Amino acid sequence: MRRDRAPGDSAAQEPAPDAVPAVDSRLLVREEGIRGYLGEFRRKLRSGELGSLPVVIAVIIIWTVFGSLDSTFLSAQNLSDLSQQIVGTGMIAVGIVFVLLLGEIDLSVGSVSGLCAAIFAVLNVLNGMNQWLALLVALVGGAAVGLIQGFFFAKVGVPAFVVTLAGNLAWNGLMLQVLGTSGTVNIPSESIVSKLYSTIFHSPAAAYVTAAVGVGLFLAASLLDARRRRTARVPYRPVAEIVLRTVVIAAIAFVTAYILNQYQGLPLALLIFLIVLVILDFVLRRTTYGRRIFAVGGNIEGARRAGISVPFVRMSVFSISGLMAAVGGIFLAGQIQSASQTSGGGNLLMNVIAAAVIGGTSLFGGRGSVWSALLGALVIGSIQSGMNIMGVSNAVQFMITGSVLLAAVVVDSLSRRSQKAAGRA
Amino acid sequence: MPEPAVLTLRGISKRFGAVQALKDFDLEVHAGEVVALVGDNGAGKSTAVKSIAGVNPPDEGVIEWEGRAVSINRPHDAQNLGIATVYQDLALCDNLDVVGNLFLGRELRRLGVLDEVRMEQRSRELLNTLSIRIPSVRIPVASLSGGQRQTVAIARSLIGDPKVVILDEPTAALGVEQTAEVLDLVERLREHGLGTILISHNMVDVMAVADRIAVMRLGRNNGVFDKRSTTTEEIISAITGATDSAVTRRQARKREEER
Repeated sequence: MRRDRAPGDSAAQEPAPDAVPAVDSRLLVREEGIRGYLGEFRRKLRSGELGSLPVVIAVIIIWTVFGSLDSTFLSAQNLSDLSQQIVGTGMIAVGIVFVLLLGEIDLSVGSVSGLCAAIFAVLNVLNGMNQWLALLVALVGGAAVGLIQGFFFAKVGVPAFVVTLAGNLAWNGLMLQVLGTSGTVNIPSESIVSKLYSTIFHSPAAAYVTAAVGVGLFLAASLLDARRRRTARVPYRPVAEIVLRTVVIAAIAFVTAYILNQYQGLPLALLIFLIVLVILDFVLRRTTYGRRIFAVGGNIEGARRAGISVPFVRMSVFSISGLMAAVGGIFLAGQIQSASQTSGGGNLLMNVIAAAVIGGTSLFGGRGSVWSALLGALVIGSIQSGMNIMGVSNAVQFMITGSVLLAAVVVDSLSRRSQKAAGRA
Repeated sequence: MPEPAVLTLRGISKRFGAVQALKDFDLEVHAGEVVALVGDNGAGKSTAVKSIAGVNPPDEGVIEWEGRAVSINRPHDAQNLGIATVYQDLALCDNLDVVGNLFLGRELRRLGVLDEVRMEQRSRELLNTLSIRIPSVRIPVASLSGGQRQTVAIARSLIGDPKVVILDEPTAALGVEQTAEVLDLVERLREHGLGTILISHNMVDVMAVADRIAVMRLGRNNGVFDKRSTTTEEIISAITGATDSAVTRRQARKREEER
């Protein structure tokens, strides 16, 4: 042991003045450059840290299959429509990601999304309330519903899946009550809710500027971070790697912008979805609150001992889930321009949970990212869109969506198992 | 001439229903000293530690911190005084990296945002001064060995600059090499002037790093031994009660006089 201790000691006492430790000799980290990047990638694959790789492969397979079966699938029009259609599901899936990070589940989001759409429609369309105010009431209502469920879970101690399963039925009942005898409330196309969904920025500049701003922000943030790390003498990303990452992101962003411009332009709904994702990703990874969510998902007792209020984290996360369900419900209502007794029903719940899990957020808590909501919603949306084009019946669609969810959970379980074998879970 | 004690326990008693878990328990911990707390299962070691850590406040007795009486009613009180406890289950979050675990619950922030750079910098400094060797401060704790996890848990307790560190069975369930790592770390805590309370079943470990060894038996003191002038046999017989120590003799005599 003494022999081993020596190098550490000398490093601690007198770090050489101009030795900037780009790569610490004791670290597991890769070699610099692209080769090291590939090596790291292979090591991660072997130890089961699949990340978003399975879902990217899934998207490629789905698009290839449907594209070869029917050429309209890969048309600019269909892909543009798809980018709008995934927003409702994706928004709700973001809330599910938060809940899954705690290692819990929220089965009520479908009903909550329908309830909030009904609240808006009844207040605004039937009772003539100001549409912004009605929108606010609907969103606050969603957050409040989540808070109530979170209270029963965090404070009373009822298992989350039971609370939210009860909620699934109860909020659906409340929605029917709110809709009353009218059954279906049509939302006029000039309403804010319809516009949120259907507005498209027709100018090609909109999509390109958005892509450029996104890529530019990413590049600036990466460079600033690397510079701070360098002056603080902690390991930092080499410039070559930052450039490589930026190029990949830029390619995705500009190709997407190009395709959108081939049809009508950048949909407002997609833009809002992306902004929400960036903000919530920031909350999860860069704030104390986000760190606490991961901590509670990783080890409840550990979080409690570290002074984290576990009930607060749980209740707030269920509240976020309710809020995101409301947001998703509003976009779904805007999509069909109505709130009806079937809103939030059908396979919506299954789809949003599938989206979150397919995107790579673990069912076992503590691992995941909000971007999995986007990727997962893209997979689910692609399958549905492709099958609709092919004229596949609902019966078959349900079976296929169910199978995809099962496949995603299997991948999650297997990768967790190999992560355990590799000592990473 | 010994320095004044950082932490002094006098006549601590704790009763759980019909069970007298602690009775007139005394303990002194000085700065730069490792006090081992040994005893059979159920001897009251955990109860003693929990009364110091504020998990189970004692029914009777006085806790003195740097010579002044204090009351420790919550874990928070103990932490504020400068008592850090590393429990046997470590309570690390496997999905967070080493930096995340070290600063969990007291993250450094800059403009309201997590200051990862400064936390990473300070983590590396801390691990370096303790000569803790971890493959990377940015890998999830799940991928560390048992010994490394233990050292991370101990390092975490040092983030708040405590004066007394309580280690509950730090070497249980560790291999030879990993135990050596942890014992090295305990010695370094002493070098840094911290008072350490080490709870252990392993006599070899205790004799290797402890300065004084406090034996507990049936919730009472059963002698405090200086490592330099005692043997493993003497301690084991005190643990098992095979031989009475001077302390227990005197207590027994006192009780008889009271009657």
